[in-house]
Amino acid sequence: MTIHPHPRPSPIEGEGSSFRYIGKKRRTKEDPRFVMGRGRFVADIALPGMKHVALVASPYPSARILSIRTEAALAVPGVHYVLTGEEFCAATESLAIGVDTPQVTRYALAKDVVRYAGEWVAAVVADTRAIAEDAVELIEVDYEPTPHVIDPEQAVAAGSPLVHPAHGSNILFHRRFVWGPVEQAFARAEHQLALRVRWGRSATVPIETFGVAAQWDPGQQMLDVWASIQMPKYPDQTARALRLPGNAVRVHYDVDVGGSFGVKRGIKHTVLVGYLARRLGMPVRLIEDRLENMRGGDAHGPDRIFDMQVAFDRDGTLRALKIRALDDVGAYAGRAPLQLGKPVSAICGPYRVAAVEYEPTSVMTNKTPQEAVRGFGQSPTNFALERALDHVARHLGMDRIELRRRNLIRKDEFPYRIPSGSSYDSGDYHTVLDKALAAIDYPALVAERDAARRAGRLGGIGISTCLEPSGGNSAFEPLFNPKNDTTTWMEACLVRVDLSGAITGVMNTSSSGQGHESLVSTVIGEVLERDPAGIRVVRADSLSALPSNSPVGSRMAIMLGGAAAGAARKIKEALIEIAAHNLGCTTETIEYQDGNVAVRGHPGQRLTWDELVAIAHRKYHQMPAGLEPGLQAKFVWEVPTGGALPTADGVIQIYPCYAFETHIVYVEIDPQTAKPSLRKYVCGHDCGVMINPDIVHGMTYGGIAHGIGAALYEKFAFSDDGQLESGTFMDYLIPSAMEIPAIAIVDHCTPSPLTTFGQKGSGEAGYLGAPAAVANAINDALAPLGATIETLPITQDALWHVINAAGTDH
Amino acid sequence: MKAAAFDYVRAGSVAEACELLRQDGDAIKLIAGGQSLVPMMAMRLARPSRLIDINEIAALKFVAPDPDAIRIGACTRQCVLERDDALAVRVPLLRQALAWVGHIQTRNRGTLGGSLAHADPAAELPLAAQVLGARMMLRSTSGMRCVPASDFFAGPLATAIEPHECLEEVHWPVWPERRTGSAFIEVSRRHGDFAIVAAAAQIAVDDDGRCIRASFGLGGGGQTPLAFPGLAAHLLGTRLDATVVQSVAQDAAIELDPGNDLHASAGYRKHLAAVLAARALRAAFDQTKDKQ
Amino acid sequence: MNETLYPISVEVNGVLRTAPVPARLTLVDWLREELRLTGTHVGCEHGICGACSIMLDGEPVRSCLMYAVQADGHRVTTVEGLAQPDGSLSVLQDSFCDLHALQCGYCTPGILIAAQGLLDATAHPTDEQIREAIGGNLCRCTGYQQIVDAVKHAAARLAEDPLSPRGRGTG
Repeated sequence: MTIHPHPRPSPIEGEGSSFRYIGKKRRTKEDPRFVMGRGRFVADIALPGMKHVALVASPYPSARILSIRTEAALAVPGVHYVLTGEEFCAATESLAIGVDTPQVTRYALAKDVVRYAGEWVAAVVADTRAIAEDAVELIEVDYEPTPHVIDPEQAVAAGSPLVHPAHGSNILFHRRFVWGPVEQAFARAEHQLALRVRWGRSATVPIETFGVAAQWDPGQQMLDVWASIQMPKYPDQTARALRLPGNAVRVHYDVDVGGSFGVKRGIKHTVLVGYLARRLGMPVRLIEDRLENMRGGDAHGPDRIFDMQVAFDRDGTLRALKIRALDDVGAYAGRAPLQLGKPVSAICGPYRVAAVEYEPTSVMTNKTPQEAVRGFGQSPTNFALERALDHVARHLGMDRIELRRRNLIRKDEFPYRIPSGSSYDSGDYHTVLDKALAAIDYPALVAERDAARRAGRLGGIGISTCLEPSGGNSAFEPLFNPKNDTTTWMEACLVRVDLSGAITGVMNTSSSGQGHESLVSTVIGEVLERDPAGIRVVRADSLSALPSNSPVGSRMAIMLGGAAAGAARKIKEALIEIAAHNLGCTTETIEYQDGNVAVRGHPGQRLTWDELVAIAHRKYHQMPAGLEPGLQAKFVWEVPTGGALPTADGVIQIYPCYAFETHIVYVEIDPQTAKPSLRKYVCGHDCGVMINPDIVHGMTYGGIAHGIGAALYEKFAFSDDGQLESGTFMDYLIPSAMEIPAIAIVDHCTPSPLTTFGQKGSGEAGYLGAPAAVANAINDALAPLGATIETLPITQDALWHVINAAGTDH
Repeated sequence: MKAAAFDYVRAGSVAEACELLRQDGDAIKLIAGGQSLVPMMAMRLARPSRLIDINEIAALKFVAPDPDAIRIGACTRQCVLERDDALAVRVPLLRQALAWVGHIQTRNRGTLGGSLAHADPAAELPLAAQVLGARMMLRSTSGMRCVPASDFFAGPLATAIEPHECLEEVHWPVWPERRTGSAFIEVSRRHGDFAIVAAAAQIAVDDDGRCIRASFGLGGGGQTPLAFPGLAAHLLGTRLDATVVQSVAQDAAIELDPGNDLHASAGYRKHLAAVLAARALRAAFDQTKDKQ
Repeated sequence: MNETLYPISVEVNGVLRTAPVPARLTLVDWLREELRLTGTHVGCEHGICGACSIMLDGEPVRSCLMYAVQADGHRVTTVEGLAQPDGSLSVLQDSFCDLHALQCGYCTPGILIAAQGLLDATAHPTDEQIREAIGGNLCRCTGYQQIVDAVKHAAARLAEDPLSPRGRGTG
């Protein structure tokens, strides 16, 4: 395994306090336009002559399509076209899938068969969305229902109906990884236990649905696309599916995305709309309504059963883990199976475990397809690990915190390589845990819980200690599909200083609330020592963009931050070169301060920022040889520690940086109504250097709220006949400000040695540890009853059944 | 989620609304606050050919005290009722119920009559009406008729309102007893959601603290909100000690036949019904102590 | 089908707007698509998420649950109408920027309307009151913490400045 050295921005030293802009409280660039209502979301864009799409959806989870009659729909005034799979699937390519299953094809419209209730069967294009919906009602589809399968364990069993018969089974991926002497460790360990936990199907469900507008320009033979998108290789996959060259698709990244957290991968919507725009010669737009989004938007999340076995000694030392994970991706797959692969990067969590066996199975059922959800499978895995830890503690009669302390990797052990091959860069887990315990006043909290119990209330404290792998080295792709030898996970930034001396940073992807403009301007300002307030950040479109892999895998602080710093540093070096040339000295004797330069020891020999800029742009006669005119620089770089392929045993370095979070939460369950109430919540968080603390905190609060939703409220529930029962916001329960408690975050900073400023990623913070902590709190509350609940979401009804069965009914 | 097309007319008076209803009652719907109707139309579960908007009829928005009842116009906004302190003194259960109705945006637009006419079995105002024996005044071109709450709620989303009738006002009985207390308690998944189960109670006691009048009911446990006059009678003469309250609450729960749905099983609902009925009775009784 | 159009006259952010509209056009769609006031957003179209919240005659309501025809003769305030008369941010909007009470910005206009409604009615709201006031507005980004902090901050600023009791425009 060779790791090729690649250019990366040199680290810029400085603890939080010695940075000028980084780590300081600072208003973001983005907030003003949004508070004014001047965001530019895809539904805000009006293209002249634009037409609107509505979809015909299958009511059956599995059926043959016998006929589709469109005449009545076409006769509605204002309707321009009705597209079915017959035409569409012949004219476009199947969408990409992350594993090697070429028989599992996928298109935006069904052809011949439907595979889930809600699958799109036909698309109507009309002058208005209302007319399109009128026409949708007039389309008559004849279906012949066929056997379906909803339960994943049934789907892997022999004799199950097959979702894609041509594939021969419902299993998309299965492998048993063995890292380290697992059987030996189990044989030698003093104890072992087994448990099953279930992560219910939920997702990020942003308040803005997915939308896309496209326009074909026959004069330029180019397709322009505006979308609410967060997806790597989006323009490329769009072009490929539409059978267009890559440079015939121009995606506009300057569209504000109303939240995504992974799921906005509307590639099927885009190919559909792109095809229609070109076919009809008019701009076409599809904005999912909420019903389409929930049922047919293909944006559900992991739906996972874990069977865990833990081998441990009586002193609590973890010896080995066996983790079997069965994940139900629904009727089709894009990248969803890979959500079983990312957790390999932190498969044993923050603990010292020498041997791990991991057996993931990705299975199809006749349900809405799954898409990437915040953390890409890490949160369900953390939940399973943390439940296992609590079970071990209970088995031994040991304090749960003490058990964790004994097994947490110590700060002097970094970099720490886990059995699956990833190296954790840095951390100080014990200190973060201590800080969180102090912040919540843990002894007092225990007393409060015990007092509640004496008073007949079910009080419980939940703890989780979890990792957030960050940096987005998606090496799980070749791990799960050896035919995919992709190892490039890059990011880029271009920085330019214009003739007036103003600085602009150009980023190459869209954003959905992460504050990237603030990130880039702060970093550029830090390196060039110029006020970020004057630095503008814009977005290229896909044809003018430098390579980017999109904001995924908590990577942008590291990768975009590093790229912006790298480009800014090149500008600084150019300025110093110009200065040395004009001041008659070497570059080493130039002192750079706030964009102005002087010769060291000779303050009278100086040049201002404006003077340097003028030379660069206008005074070629004063330029040093070999320096290009103007003042601009690009920086493109590969993820640190990336660039390698897995071994035959599936050992591979995945993400480079590991942020850490510990959650401590106090819950009280009313024993009579079974309603849980979260009373106290503290999160200790260490993501290295925070470039903008408000932005990091905001995303962490949001991640915790999202995690509470997954733990207690949110579920895409399917009936036995394959119908989505929670397809509206009346039944899919997103928590409001009344369900989310006040949250306190305690920060710690263990810088990463791998990044420019020591920053780690944090876009998934909170979500990765909250479900585990809440589940542990509920189970602690139930402990006096001798009961457990191992299925998320933990509903009031489920709690009541457990409490009732334990016989403490009043 | 765009509604199917419909005609729209804004009625200037109740008489005009009734005249319009008489013309083609089945395909026409009245629209008041729209908090329940508009989502149904957006999902095309309701497809009236014509909407008669009664929001602008001033004569339907009033709170008028009578000696033994409060008369409230059907289009009175829920937020207006919530803020009415005089109403809270004479019919305290209304303010208590309204605190559970949706969110501020819901109550700023939703009306008393709209919620009652929609008759969701888990809705708060129908339960309050059932427990207090409110009287619905239904207007048509033929005149006015009075339907008591016990006859008004026919089933889930179904009432005694005929297609050509308009709910004009609702009369809320005021209890004359000097020492009265009330309570409204609900369990839902999230704040503002429809109740899984709701319980409402109103108790009056004499100077010795013995119950001289009682009424309680449960919502979310059946096809309609339910009151239990027979069981409430068991409370008379008692001081609502734990035993009698428990017994009455459990007997009420036994009478329920709730369904299973995504949010709660029938068993959980029945259990909650007993718990909440007892809590509501207890809380209503405790309130009477304040008015010595 | 040729839908009947109904003439409406609505004061929107202080300006009288007249238009003929089909009955089924919701208020939010009219504001966004016809008036091009795209600050108000659509999130669910069935009255739960609150992203469409506007003020009707000064009180927050869901504009996806009203038809534009129903707004005839009424006064509507959208997020675009919250700024001060001179165009500067209201105290609440400015506090949102100061405390970073938003991320993607999609729910933000609705939350601002709901929060402004609270501040218009209550001088010193508690955390509980703030959470209840925005309880009908769903946000997936913020976890609500920095929103609550910002509303409290705005309330404190407004209490300090007797000259600007609402700190915002008259829209």
